[in-house]
Amino acid sequence: MIPLSWYLILAAAMVCIGLFGVIARRNAIAMLLSVELILNAVNINLLAFWRYVDVVHAAGQVFVVMVITAAAAEVAVGLAIIIAVYRKQKTIVTDDVSDLKG
Amino acid sequence: MTLEQIIFLIIAVVILLASLFVVTAPKMIHAALWLILALAGVAVIFVLLQAPFFAVVQVIVYIGAIAVLFIFAVMLTRKAMQDTGSQLNRYSILAAVICIMIFGALTGMLLSWGGSATLLESGALPADSIADLGVALTDPNGFLLPFEVASILLLAALIGAIYIGRDRSSGEGEQ
Repeated sequence: MIPLSWYLILAAAMVCIGLFGVIARRNAIAMLLSVELILNAVNINLLAFWRYVDVVHAAGQVFVVMVITAAAAEVAVGLAIIIAVYRKQKTIVTDDVSDLKG
Repeated sequence: MTLEQIIFLIIAVVILLASLFVVTAPKMIHAALWLILALAGVAVIFVLLQAPFFAVVQVIVYIGAIAVLFIFAVMLTRKAMQDTGSQLNRYSILAAVICIMIFGALTGMLLSWGGSATLLESGALPADSIADLGVALTDPNGFLLPFEVASILLLAALIGAIYIGRDRSSGEGEQ
């Protein structure tokens, strides 16, 4: 059987890779991709704890549903913002999009 | 090594390699495709965790909707970044060091934590965990309020995305 720690370490590695992407990537879409990695790692953790610790209650599963909902909303709004910025400034490099004055 | 462990290790390697390519691929469209591979690996992990409903949701929502949305956005902003230049900013070395340190700290903490070696007792899974989830999401004593708030969040995101993404320079499409 698989120990719980394997899932947790896999999720920790995914979070760290995603964090690196968010910090180091210059492209705004790549940063959103990295955020998706982080959210998936969170889902792995939630389902692992649900399965191993508290399988009787559905709370772990409900949290995964909420995370997926928030991820979908975040991607929709984030990509809309990126495309609006691209239409206005012709760039999605985060270093070049430094003014928020419309 | 049982079969489950071998499958887990293979899938974990696939997920981590795909994740690394997501954050380092020079071409954005490649990064989006690697993300699809990573998400599919996470779906397999959900199957190993005996959560088949979430494996299906992962495929439908993440691979079917979110990844396609990313690919659309990448194609719409194709000329925004030359694919040849450096994709990482000047803090990338520092970021890598920090992330490796965080990973080391998390792993050390998890390995020293006594509960991390928990093994699954077989047969503990309720027969109808999907039905339990459905009941919990619609039970007023359960998670009905978060469920409704999530639906409002989705509606707000829908309206916000339409409002932000609207082309305001041309007045033609406006009502």
